[in-house]
Amino acid sequence: MTYTLTLPEVGETVTEGTIEKWLKAPGDKVAKYEPIVEVNTDKVNVELPSPVSGTVVAILVAEGETVAIGAGLCTIDQVAGETPAEIAPAAPSEEPKPAKAPAAAAPQERADRGGPGRATPRVRRVAGELGVDLARITGSGPGGRIIEDDVRAFAEGAPAASEAGEDEEAVPVSGIRRTIARRMSESAFTAPHAWLVVEADVSGLVELRAAEREAFRERTGVDLTYLPFAAHAVSQALPDHPYLNASWAEERIILKKRVNLGVAVATDRGLLVPVIKDADRLSVAALAQAMSELGGKARDNKLQLDDVQGGTFTLDNTGAFGSVVSMPIVNLGQAAIISFEAITRRPAVAEDGAIVARDVVNLCLSFDHRILDGHQAGAFLADVKSRLEAFAPGSDLD
Amino acid sequence: MAEKTMVEAVRDALSDEMRRDERVFVLGEDVGGGGVFRATEGLRDEFGEDRCMDTPLAEATIVGASIGASINGLLPVAEIQFADFIHPAFDQIVSEAARLHYRSNGAWSCPITVRTPYGAGVHGGPYHSQSIEAFYAHVPGLKVICVASPYDAKGLLKSAIRDPNPVMFLEHKKAYRLFREEVPDEDYTIPIGVAATKREGDGMTLVTYGLMTRYSLEAAEEVRGDDGISVEVIDLRTVSPWDKDCVLESVRKTGKALIVYEDNISGGFGAEVAATIAQEAFDFLDGPVTRIASPDVPLAPYSGVLEEQILPNPQKIAAGIRKLAAY
Amino acid sequence: MVSVSDVPGAQGLSENQLRELYYEMFLARSVGERARMLSRMGKGPFAVTGEGHEAAQVGTAYAMTPGKDWALTYYRDLGVALTLGMTPRDLLLAHLARAESIESGGRNMPSHFSSVDLHIVSGSAPVSTQVPHAVGIALASKLRGLDEVAVVYFGDGGASVGDVHESMNFAGVHKLAVIFVCENNQYAISVPASKQAAVTDLSIRAQGYGFPGVTVDGNDVLAVYSVAKEAVGRARNGDGPTFIEAKTYRLVPHTSDDDDSRYRSREEVAEWAKKGPLVRFAAWLEENGVVSKDEIGETEAKAMAEIDAATEYAEAAPAPDPATAMRHVFVEEE
Repeated sequence: MTYTLTLPEVGETVTEGTIEKWLKAPGDKVAKYEPIVEVNTDKVNVELPSPVSGTVVAILVAEGETVAIGAGLCTIDQVAGETPAEIAPAAPSEEPKPAKAPAAAAPQERADRGGPGRATPRVRRVAGELGVDLARITGSGPGGRIIEDDVRAFAEGAPAASEAGEDEEAVPVSGIRRTIARRMSESAFTAPHAWLVVEADVSGLVELRAAEREAFRERTGVDLTYLPFAAHAVSQALPDHPYLNASWAEERIILKKRVNLGVAVATDRGLLVPVIKDADRLSVAALAQAMSELGGKARDNKLQLDDVQGGTFTLDNTGAFGSVVSMPIVNLGQAAIISFEAITRRPAVAEDGAIVARDVVNLCLSFDHRILDGHQAGAFLADVKSRLEAFAPGSDLD
Repeated sequence: MAEKTMVEAVRDALSDEMRRDERVFVLGEDVGGGGVFRATEGLRDEFGEDRCMDTPLAEATIVGASIGASINGLLPVAEIQFADFIHPAFDQIVSEAARLHYRSNGAWSCPITVRTPYGAGVHGGPYHSQSIEAFYAHVPGLKVICVASPYDAKGLLKSAIRDPNPVMFLEHKKAYRLFREEVPDEDYTIPIGVAATKREGDGMTLVTYGLMTRYSLEAAEEVRGDDGISVEVIDLRTVSPWDKDCVLESVRKTGKALIVYEDNISGGFGAEVAATIAQEAFDFLDGPVTRIASPDVPLAPYSGVLEEQILPNPQKIAAGIRKLAAY
Repeated sequence: MVSVSDVPGAQGLSENQLRELYYEMFLARSVGERARMLSRMGKGPFAVTGEGHEAAQVGTAYAMTPGKDWALTYYRDLGVALTLGMTPRDLLLAHLARAESIESGGRNMPSHFSSVDLHIVSGSAPVSTQVPHAVGIALASKLRGLDEVAVVYFGDGGASVGDVHESMNFAGVHKLAVIFVCENNQYAISVPASKQAAVTDLSIRAQGYGFPGVTVDGNDVLAVYSVAKEAVGRARNGDGPTFIEAKTYRLVPHTSDDDDSRYRSREEVAEWAKKGPLVRFAAWLEENGVVSKDEIGETEAKAMAEIDAATEYAEAAPAPDPATAMRHVFVEEE
């Protein structure tokens, strides 16, 4: 049976050795423990003993060559029936591996502390135990900090709020609901809202849409609603009104260069706002398709994080419910939100004084008065109105 | 029951244990004549000079010979005259006493007690004032006790002598004659590794040991009266192994932890207590885990003015309590 | 066959005892060689042995009463350990850090000899820390009214350590039954004796501490035995310590990590090998008709068989259970 002698680890920190001199040649007999080769390492010069008795068959590494620990040096035809002192290189005696640093404790959940008022670990724990939302508490501790007493007082003061009494039903609050509650609260309570409404005559738009609807559906499979037109008008106008496409950052107003239009979608789980990126570059047709796709994903609960992040302005189709005037809440972190109300056919007075029937729609703009004032809001709305009023049969959808 | 000073309590513990067990013997410099602090007074008369033995001036060998004697059936209680002079014996303590049991896989053991006066506040200068507990608390295989009161000293010294492991028994020299306290005449022991809650409170946990216990109690009393702050004072007594459960339970109750120690702040034993509290009681903390200790200056300068400037005292501790309470 | 009691220089030893001396010396030599070989084969990362010291070690240990007297060895003293009753198996189990090693269960480095039953105190690595322990052991022996002797070993380098001087002083003052054995092999790793001490014969230091010191040819096992026997007698009698300096030579590098060609020539080593303790004693035994060449060969083969069996046993023995790593920091109370 052939045995291969390999270079063992001959000292701590030794990684390789150079064959100095073979003491046996192919054909020579060698006894177990008899020196067989001299090896040079950077630490020590050693004679290696043979782990087996037998006859040397072949030398694998010549004198003067350097090999790594574990490399085969020669083969030996081993004497039968003998247990070899097998020279498998011992596991290198390395420094004991430093114990892996214990996994860092999971970062303390920065629970809904959105509002003002810090809380120490102790207070967060107590709040967790009592089921109290720290965001709802005003702290009475130093610097507005929430202290334990605040939490306990709050918990005691509102016991019924979380329990359903007679003739009542308590519905658990879902994640989406909780998020909407938090974000709407924060927006409503931190951004001073102001509102403007203009009326637009969209008779031309109504005709255009009626004319194009069938062909559009055949061409794209998508139902052409009024919303893509509204989105188009808004997206085209925004670049000329930068303060409508901005956010408040305490010491600065950040003007966004891209127009990422969020379009509100009602789902049975709650209001979602998928975002169409670079909406100003898209045609009406493209917007229609994007909206259809995102709307579908929203309703099927297939939105990805990227679909809902990065929005700079929001369009809300409140008209779908029949609403004619709304006061939407600005999407947290943006400057304004516009709602496209229901189109109604109304009597109007023409140039020559005649009473005519026109299709009219209200555009309602809510804006953060920290970032801009009425005249900017008004200018923007006027722009949107004129674009919408420009749609007429023959307008290009692409 | 009688009122005793701490040095009297130490002496009583030694003679009690030497009467109780003939294997116990005392060795060190000047112990035959009673010792420089008179902790071994009367022992030579009662037990003979073989059991209260004057050694040559050689700390390493005082400890090394103690190790050897404990290997051969005796229970030596070595006295090192001042903790500041124990450093030549560091090798024997750390390489030998602490490791003998572990390195021999439990075959050999080393039941020695090494007693030494430590601590500052007596105009001792840099070589009669040092705190050394941090060095030895760091070493697995050693037990380290710091006492500064008569009742604790007697009960714990008895336990130390009876313990089959090597024990460093540090006696705060300023506390030797500072005050008297009721100490039972009959045999009693205090278990090693058990802290004592010396004042109850619910606003803050103050963890300390040695002479700082007394100062902390004074400070706690002051802030209670003046500011209505309720401080719970825990005296660790045994620095290693220390009573984690007692401390953590208190911190869970009070939410604030203040650790007071006389030693230099950096790497002093209180830092270990602080780290443990921060890690294991994080969710119960209402304020930062805070240490009060001497600054990193060799302990201690001889001039009284300088020494006072550096060492913690009741006023500094009270100020620290107030600051943490206000967080 | 010559009656051995007539042989001059036999120191009162019987034929069997003389053979036993040779066996222990050869065993010590061969266990050392086997340990170093195992290291070169990649098993047991570290080897420290005592080739060349056999007469100094076996000669002194043979004068002790194993299990009664106490041995405080240093890491080169395998000859002491084997003579007092540790076995090649014990030593090789330690070399391979096996769980059942009585030295330490794999916790201490090999050649840190230890046996509670044989009164061989667990050794450590800091040089000469064991010397004060010998003082304490002898002190306890005295206080307990026993006539045990503590024999403590160290090298010429070890003799420079403060603990040794403190211990010699202490033992001298209290007239303790300690025998200080210095195996002076001319080198402390690479530092030659001339840089280690200002005197050539270290035994002179004993005078400064109030007791006799003697320098002996450490490669002559019978000379060493004679001196040791006398020292043990003195100690047991209550006459106090003795310092024995055994002049010898280390034929191998300091440890498996040392390259001794950096500090001494191959010729010097070869010269000393020619007059090594085994060569000399074998010659003496043959010349004085105690044993024949064949009998020496048989003795050696017997020793090698014992060592081969020990090697196999140790290689097959299990490593320590990782779950035990935390045990024995403190004495576990029952």
